[in-house]
Amino acid sequence: MNVSDKREFTVVNQRVLKIDSLGLACGAALFTDDVDVRGLLVGRLLYSPHAHARIRKIDAKAAKAVPGVLAVLTHEDLPRVRHTTAGQGYPEPSPYDTLILNDKARYVGDRVAAVAAETAEAAKEALSKIKVDYEVLTPVFDTMEAMKEGAPVIHDETDSKNIPDARHNVCAKFDFEVKGSEWFSEADVVVDQWYKTHWAQHCAIEPHVTITFFDADGRLVIRTSTQVPFHVRRIVAQSLKLPIKSIRVVKPRIGGGFGSKQEIVLEPVCAALTLATRRPVKIELTRKETFISTRTRHPAVLRIKSGARRDGAITDAHMEIYCDNGAYGPHSLTVMMCAGSHTLPMYQAGNTRFIGRTVYTNLPVAGAYRGYGATQGFFAWESQMDLMAEKLGMDPVEFRRKNYIRLGEGSPVFKAMGEGREGVEQKIASCGMDACFDKGLSAIGWREKKERYKSQAGPKRRGLGCAGLMQGSGIPEVDMASASLKMNEDGSFNLHMGATDLGTGSDTILAQIAAEVLGVGVQDIIVLSSDTDLTPFDVGAYASSTTFISGNAVKKAALHAREQIVKVAAKILDAKAEDIDLKDGKAVAKSGRSCALSEVANTALYYHDQHQIMGVASHYARTSPPPFAAHFAEVEVDTETGQVTVLDYVAAVDCGTAINPTLAEGQNDGAVLNGISYALAEEMAFSPSGAMTNASFRDYKIFSTADAPPLKTILVPTYEPNGPFGAKSVSEIGINGPLPAIANAIYDAVGVRLFAPPFTPDKVLKALKEKR
Amino acid sequence: MTRSKGRGTLKAVNGKIDVVLNVNGKDLALQVAPVEYLLDALRREGFKGVKRGCDNGDCGTCTVLLDGKPALSCMMFAAQAHRRSVVTIEGLGTPCEPHPIQTAFVEAGAVQCGFCIPGMVLSAKALLDENPDPDESAVRHALDGNLCRCTGYVKQVEAVRLAAKKMKKTAERKSAPTILASPRGRLVK
Repeated sequence: MNVSDKREFTVVNQRVLKIDSLGLACGAALFTDDVDVRGLLVGRLLYSPHAHARIRKIDAKAAKAVPGVLAVLTHEDLPRVRHTTAGQGYPEPSPYDTLILNDKARYVGDRVAAVAAETAEAAKEALSKIKVDYEVLTPVFDTMEAMKEGAPVIHDETDSKNIPDARHNVCAKFDFEVKGSEWFSEADVVVDQWYKTHWAQHCAIEPHVTITFFDADGRLVIRTSTQVPFHVRRIVAQSLKLPIKSIRVVKPRIGGGFGSKQEIVLEPVCAALTLATRRPVKIELTRKETFISTRTRHPAVLRIKSGARRDGAITDAHMEIYCDNGAYGPHSLTVMMCAGSHTLPMYQAGNTRFIGRTVYTNLPVAGAYRGYGATQGFFAWESQMDLMAEKLGMDPVEFRRKNYIRLGEGSPVFKAMGEGREGVEQKIASCGMDACFDKGLSAIGWREKKERYKSQAGPKRRGLGCAGLMQGSGIPEVDMASASLKMNEDGSFNLHMGATDLGTGSDTILAQIAAEVLGVGVQDIIVLSSDTDLTPFDVGAYASSTTFISGNAVKKAALHAREQIVKVAAKILDAKAEDIDLKDGKAVAKSGRSCALSEVANTALYYHDQHQIMGVASHYARTSPPPFAAHFAEVEVDTETGQVTVLDYVAAVDCGTAINPTLAEGQNDGAVLNGISYALAEEMAFSPSGAMTNASFRDYKIFSTADAPPLKTILVPTYEPNGPFGAKSVSEIGINGPLPAIANAIYDAVGVRLFAPPFTPDKVLKALKEKR
Repeated sequence: MTRSKGRGTLKAVNGKIDVVLNVNGKDLALQVAPVEYLLDALRREGFKGVKRGCDNGDCGTCTVLLDGKPALSCMMFAAQAHRRSVVTIEGLGTPCEPHPIQTAFVEAGAVQCGFCIPGMVLSAKALLDENPDPDESAVRHALDGNLCRCTGYVKQVEAVRLAAKKMKKTAERKSAPTILASPRGRLVK
C-alpha cells in the first residue's frame, strides 16, 4: 500500500509526548531572553501620550548626554520606508502606512523615539529627557464616526501605499454579491440585526522581546519571539534598507503568540539600535507596553440581514462588517474578509452579499488574533441563527442541521473571497459536522437539561446555547512551507523546517508525520525549526496553516528521503525497490528479509555509491479545507447581580486526523477558554483621550484556573484527503464558539439577548431591566 | 538599610548589599542593589527558568518557593530573601533527573508554550507538600495565581493530580536524599 494514503498509523494519531516539553517543564528550554549576551544594551521606547498629534520637533540632545546612553533615535535618524508590520506573504495585502518611528503620533502608545543605554536606569532617564514638541490634533475613536465626511484624517501623509480611501479613514474595503433571485423575495421570515464586538488582546504570557547583535562576520542576528521568522527577515531588510543576506533571524522557544507575534513590532527598531551603537541590544516590553503598543483584536460593528423559508432553508445572507484597525492597517483587508469568508460558506443561501470596510481610528493597532475575523463574524452569525430559528419556531439545532454545508458541497464564497484577494474554488472533502453536533449534544446533556430548565424558579436561571463553526487550513495559493530531512548513521534524521513552533506543538506533530513515513519512532527525528540561516522557508505560524501546509511539506520531504532509502535497501536486500516497506527502524522486503536503517545509512555514507540520503520538499496548497466544530455552553445567570457563570462547556471539533490527539485537545481547550474569557471578562478600556486604562493583568482580567469552567474537547475524526494523513487545522476554530454559544445560552436562561460582548453583569442587568 | 527579621541587619555599602541566598540548596553570596528584585537577581545569576511575565505580581510566571512557600520573585527584593531558602524550577529537577511533577506535566500534555510552567510546577510542589492528595478544587485553588493562555488549564489540573499519584508511589519507595542541580551544571546536595 502507498505509504502516503495509509490510514492505520504507528506514530501519527498517537498521543506522543511533546518533544520539547520536558526541557520546558524543567525551565531548561531557552526563550529569547534566556541567554546572556556580553555587552548587551537595554533598548527602551518613548510613546506618545496623545492620541493624535503631529510632531513638530524632537530634541534628543539632553537624552544623548545622559551617562551610559549610546543612542537616541527618532524618525529623523531612520530610513523613511513606509511598510506594514503585518507578517504576511509578500506582497502583503496590508497598506504600507507606517515607519519604524513615525513623525505623527496616531494613538496613545505610538512610538516616538528609541533609546539604547548601558543600564535600564540610564535608558529610563534618557526617555524622560527627550523633548517632544507636539501639535495636538483632534482624534477620532469611533469606528463609524471615523468614516464620516469631515472626520479627522489619520493618514494624511502622501507617501503611504494601498490605502483605499485615506480621506475617510478607510484602510480596506471589499464587496461581494451572488444573487440567485430578488433579495428576500423567497424569504418567509427576515431578521435584521446589528452586533458589536470589542477590543481585546492576545495576552501571551511571554511579552514581546527581541535581541539584536552583530555576529563575528558582521551579520545582523535577530533573536526574537516571533511567529514569522522569514517575514521578520524580509521586513527588517525592507524597512532598514539592508540586504536580506546580512540578516539572520533565530526563533528560540516562544512563550505564546496567538497572532500578536505575527507582527513585526520590535525587530526593526531593535535592529536600528544595534546598527546605531554596533552593540547588542535587547528590547523587552513590559506588560503595560505590550498592552498599549503591540496589537489587538479588531473590534467590529456588524449587520446581518438574513431570510429563510418556512421550511427552514436560508434564502438570503446579507452581511456588513466595519472593522476598526486603530492607528495603522496591518491585516486590515484580510481580517475583514475572513469574517465573511470563514462564515458565509457555512450556510448555503441563494443570495449572499458581503460589504466590508476596515477603518482607522486613534486607538491601538489591531492585527492578527486567533480566529482572525471569524470570531467576530461567527458571533454575529451564530446569534443570528438562533434569532431566525426562534422566528421560524424551529429548534436551533435542527435549523442549523438543515442548513450547514455538507460533504461534496462548495460555495461561491470560497472562490470569491480569499485572504486579501480572490479565493479558490473548493468542495468540502471532509466534514464531521453531524457527528460534532451529535456527540456535543449528548456530552452536554442538551435534551435532558432543556427539559429540566423549562420550569425554573428563583433568581438564578440556567440555559443552554450552541454554535456551529468552521475555519480554514492555511491560505490557499499563497502560503508555502518547506522542509528538509537528512539521514544519520544510526538511522535517525535531522528534520529542518521553517515551520514555527510557538508553543503549539508543531515541532512534535511534524516529527510524527516524518516518523510515520520513514517507519521510525519520533525519538529518531531530531527537529530544528525556524532559523533563517539553517532551515528552509516557511511563511510561519498563522492562518491555521502549520499542520496542513507545513505538515504536507514534511510528509513530502520524508517521502523524498524514503525513495532514496528504499533504493539503497533494494541493493542490500536484493529486492525490488517497490517491494520494500519501512517499519520499526528497518527496511523490510516482501521476501521477509530486512536490514536496519542504520545499515542503509552506513552503506550510503561509507560503503557503496556514497551519498547523503536527504529529502527536500515544499508544499503549496490549492485548497484550504475547513475544520468544523459544534460548541455547547451551559450557563447560569444570576438575575439579581447580572453575573453569568459558565457551568459546562463542550466543544466537538472535526480537525480530520488529529496528528497528536493530546496536543489537538490542548489547542482546542486553550482556544475555547480564551474565547470564554473574551466573552465574559476581557475588554480593553480607554479614557476619553484614548489612553488604555486597564493595561495590566490586574485590571484586564484573563481567566485563571479558579475562573475556568469545566471544558470538554471532543475530537471527531474525519479524513481530509488533501491533508497530511488526513489532517486539517485545529488551532483557531475553538475561539469562535464561546461568544455566540454563551450569548445564546444567556437568552435561553433569562430571555435577554446581548449584541455587544463582553457579557458583564452590568450589561446583563441593564438588559433584564429593559425587558421588564 | 534593610531589616530582615531574625536574619541580622543588612547594610548597603556603595549602593550594594551583601546577601546570602540559599538557592536550590546551595548558599549563593551576592551583591545586590537594595531595590533589586529577586527575579532580576536570580535571572542575572543564571536561573533563567524563573520567567518574567508582568513584573507586577499578576501572572505568577516568576513564582519561586521561598522557605517552601510560593512567592512572586518580581514582587520582593533580593535582599528580602537573605538567609532564606529559594527554590527555582532548576532546583526541582533537570531534564536528566526530573521531578515527578515535571514528568507528570509532560505526560499529561500540560506543557504548550511552557512559559508559565516553571511557576505553575512550583505552585503545584507547594500544594503537594501540604496536601499530597488534593481534589480538583484544591488544585485549581493552588494554581489560581499562575496564568496560562495556551492550555485552558484542563491538562494542567490533570497533571497535578497525576503528580500526586506519582509522588505517593515514590514516597512509598524512596528515602534517598534529593540531588539538586544548579543551572550552571554543578551538582550540589
